[in-house]
Parts: sequence; C-alpha cells; structure tokens
Amino acid sequence: MGMLDRFGGVFWLPVILAIIAFVLIGAPSSWLTLTVAGLSMGLMIFLMASGLSLVFGLMDVLNFGHSAFVSFGAFVAASVLAYFGGWLGSDSILLNSLALVFAIAAAVVFGAALGWFFERVIVKPVYSDHLRQILITMGALIVAEQLILATWGGSPVNVPRPHFLEGAIIVGNSSLEVYRLFAFCLGALVYGGLFVLLNRTRMGLLIRAGVENREMVEALGFKIDRLFIGVFMLGSALAAMGGAMWAGYETIITPALGAEMMVIVFIVVIIGGLGSIQGTLLGAIVVALMQNYVGFLAPKLALASNMILMMVILLWRPYGLAPAVKIK
Amino acid sequence: MSLLSIQNMDVSIGQYSVLHGVTFDVPEGGVFVLLGRNGAGKTTTLRAIMGLWQPSPGSVSFRGEQIAGMHTSDIAKKGIAFVPENMGIFGGLTVAENMVLATANGKFDQTRLKRVYELFPALEQFWDKQAWSLSGGQKQMLAVARAIIEPRDLILIDEPTKGLAPSIIAAMGEAFREISAQTTILLVEQNFAFAKSLGRDMAVIDDGRVVHTGTMADFVADTELQNRLLSLSMEAG
Repeated sequence: MGMLDRFGGVFWLPVILAIIAFVLIGAPSSWLTLTVAGLSMGLMIFLMASGLSLVFGLMDVLNFGHSAFVSFGAFVAASVLAYFGGWLGSDSILLNSLALVFAIAAAVVFGAALGWFFERVIVKPVYSDHLRQILITMGALIVAEQLILATWGGSPVNVPRPHFLEGAIIVGNSSLEVYRLFAFCLGALVYGGLFVLLNRTRMGLLIRAGVENREMVEALGFKIDRLFIGVFMLGSALAAMGGAMWAGYETIITPALGAEMMVIVFIVVIIGGLGSIQGTLLGAIVVALMQNYVGFLAPKLALASNMILMMVILLWRPYGLAPAVKIK
Repeated sequence: MSLLSIQNMDVSIGQYSVLHGVTFDVPEGGVFVLLGRNGAGKTTTLRAIMGLWQPSPGSVSFRGEQIAGMHTSDIAKKGIAFVPENMGIFGGLTVAENMVLATANGKFDQTRLKRVYELFPALEQFWDKQAWSLSGGQKQMLAVARAIIEPRDLILIDEPTKGLAPSIIAAMGEAFREISAQTTILLVEQNFAFAKSLGRDMAVIDDGRVVHTGTMADFVADTELQNRLLSLSMEAG
C-alpha cells in the first residue's frame, strides 16, 4: 500500500480504466467521445454526491432524502430556463449566459434554502439514530417527490438549452458535445473551490477535523452544530446545482429523476469513501466512465456494471478508495 | 476555594447508571491523580466534567461557577483542556494543523510555541507531517501540546502512559511536572508508579463511587490501603 500511495495510488484508477477501455473499444474516436461523456457525467454526479459524503462524514447522518435537492434543482432550473425561453434562442451569448446563470443560481439558492429547512426540521431531531434517519429522510424524499408532482405535473418536462451550448465540436472523427464540455468545466471549477475551502481556510480545517473526530473539535472549544448547518446547506446547494446541470444534459426530466440518481449517488459515495471530497470525485469519475464504457461495449451489462464495480472495490478496500482518516 | 469541585455527581449512559454521587475537590496547582481499577468510572468522570456525558445538574463547579449542563465547547472556553484516552488526534491533518485548531484565533503565541518545542522537540521535527504517521508517543505529545498551546487553568488527561515505552513515559512525566508548575492537571492513571511520582493530591474511584481522597504522600505510606483499593488493578496491569 505504501508504494501504491506514493505514486498517487488509487487516483490512477480512472486512467487504468480508460486504457483498458481504449484497448477493448479499438476505435479511438468512439473512445474519446465516451471518455469525455464519462468525465462530464462524473463531474455532474460529483456535484450531487459531495454534500452527501461530507454530511455523513461530519455528522454521521445518513440522508436518504439527499436526492430531493437534485430533483428540485433540476425542476427549478427547468422552469427558469423555460421562463427565459426567448433569451435562450437568441444569438446573443450574453442573453444566453444570463438565462443560464439565473437558472443555476435559482437552483442553488433554492437548494440551500431547502437544505436549511431539511436540517432544522427533519434531520436535527434524529441525530445519532441511524434507523430513524433512514426512515424519516426516505419519507421526506417521498413528500418531496409528491410536491414536485403536484407543482410540475407527472408528464416529462422539456428542458431548453442555451443556444451557445448546443451542438458539438468535432475533434478528428469524434464529436464532443459542447454541453458536456461545459458541465465538465463547471464541475471542475466547483471541485477546485471546494478543495481550496477545505484545505486553505480555517473553516475547512474545522470541517476536516470534525469529519474525523467531532467530540474532540468540541473539546477544543468549537460548536460543530453551526458548522454542520453550513455544510448541509452547501451540500444541498451543490446537489441542486448538479440537478440543474443534469436537467440540461438529459433535456427531458420526470419527477422520478431524484430516485434514479439516488442509487448512483450512494454507489459513488460508498466507492469513494465517506467524508472525503477527493474520494467522492474519484468515485464519481470511475462510476461514470464505467457506465459509459460498458454501455457501449455490453449494453445489457450497463446497469449491473456499477454494482459489480462497487462489490469489487469494497472487497479490495472495505472503507472505499480514499476515505477520510477516522480515529475513534 | 478549590479550582474544580465535584459534588454528588451521578452519570448515566443510556439505561446504565455509571457514577453514583462522585464527590471530590481539585485544588489549584499541581497534579491531582484519579486512581482506580479498570471500569471503575475514571474516564466517565473526566468525560462528564468536559460535558461529553451529561452529569447530574449542579454537580460540577469550576472556579465557583456551575458548568454541569453546559455545552462541551463552552466548558473548553472556560479554560479546561481535555486529552482523551485515545488522544483525539486528527490523523488526516498535519501536526501544524492539529496545533492551529487548538489556538484561540488561529495564531500562535510564539513564546508558548517555543515552550512546546522545548518540551517536545519531536513535534518541531515533524511539524508538517500528517499526524497519523507519528508514533504512539509522539501522538501523545501532540495531544498534550494542543492542551497547553493556549493558557488554560485545568487540563484533564486520561491515561497518558498507556502503551508507551518506559523512556517515553519518563519524558512525559518530566513534561507534566513542568506544565503543572503553571497549570493544574487532573490525571487519570492506572500506572501507579507514574502516578505517585507526580501527584500531590489524589482520589480513588471504585464501582462508580469515590472510596478514598487524600494526599499522595499519605496514600503511598499506607501500603495496606493501597493493596485494598488497587490490588486488582495492579494484578491486571
């Protein structure tokens, strides 16, 4: 393990996966398209999963309702985009971008506000009781889904994309969708921001310490509950942002979106290792690459592939690929 | 007036009653040792003082002020530091980051930092290393260093010699002696040889009750009492 870790260790996994896929797929153009699709999907899933991982790590809270933030983010963004439909179709990049920024900002603000409500009303009464957490957060997810159904209706909702993100760039023989490249860049930017927050600020230091040993942080004189609300709101805002991006990626969304993403988000968090943002990014990219490669090579296996991946990784590393250090 | 006064403290964990009317006073200055067999309730006593278990109302006063029922972080801010049995080191953080968290505002008082380096030179050497990579003794030094980087009135230390090599135990004893010149230490210890070399006053806990309090000198002189109160733990240890 020492040798492996010195050279970047498990973080080479996506590269190894990509090389194996390159050999199996044979055609470089298809491989490039799939890899870019996988990376952009990975970063969108990272947005959705990062909050869940931090919340579990910091407060030992299992939030099965986390995907409600994803759904609401997607639907709020879709509504805002529809409202600015005229701007989206225009040739002006400024109007295009403004509509997009408004949509993402609305999703993020809504996600943060919903996160605050969720933490105060639903999660706080069941701290340190996993069974109740699972039951009540699952219940909250059902309520959230019904609220979405009541607000936006049951039929699929079309999500208009800004004009400047339509189309594809042709590189050699591969076509790379502009929207995917944009999603990748935005996700990478958010990861960079989170990395700086966690590693270069005092608040980040407290979060990392709190993930490891909450009691000791309190014994050093800090109130971790306040920190936790902040992290919870940040996590739900990011999930909503991921949902907003995902809506544009899928272009058609239904109220079942949250439940569908929940499975994948949990797989990512478990594979990556709870409580660590690097682990979550790694897990998200590995899962998304796997899904895209297997979907191309053996479509029938696509659904099972991530379950199998999770089993193999957990047999190899029971705490996930890159978990936060925990001393209890 | 004593620095810390425990009066009739009961503690229950879940449905189990662990401490029953624990009473003792820690005077200001020096090392106060809490002795007792395994499972007698020593660790529970420290955790209850720190607010990590809930002590019965009105049972803990610090400098004359009631602190039972306060939030752990508020108790810490009153000037009480805690070095738990598992040391409470943040393994994923560097030694420097561990120390920064223990400061009041994120900045080091250079005089105090210099003193820490003098007491525990290994910490200066491994300043930028991740704390999980330290040896057991170095982790214990880091845990104690965190407790003294800011001025405190009382440090609660839980079994600091557990699993350490004799040479490191001796160094730790030296450090405690020096620290106790300025700060009161409430020390929980199973290692009686270590405890008697440091302690001025002491109490023995057995089965969740205080069964003896007095000076260490008197206790050391009374071998019959020692045998009666500590025999089991000596055999076990």
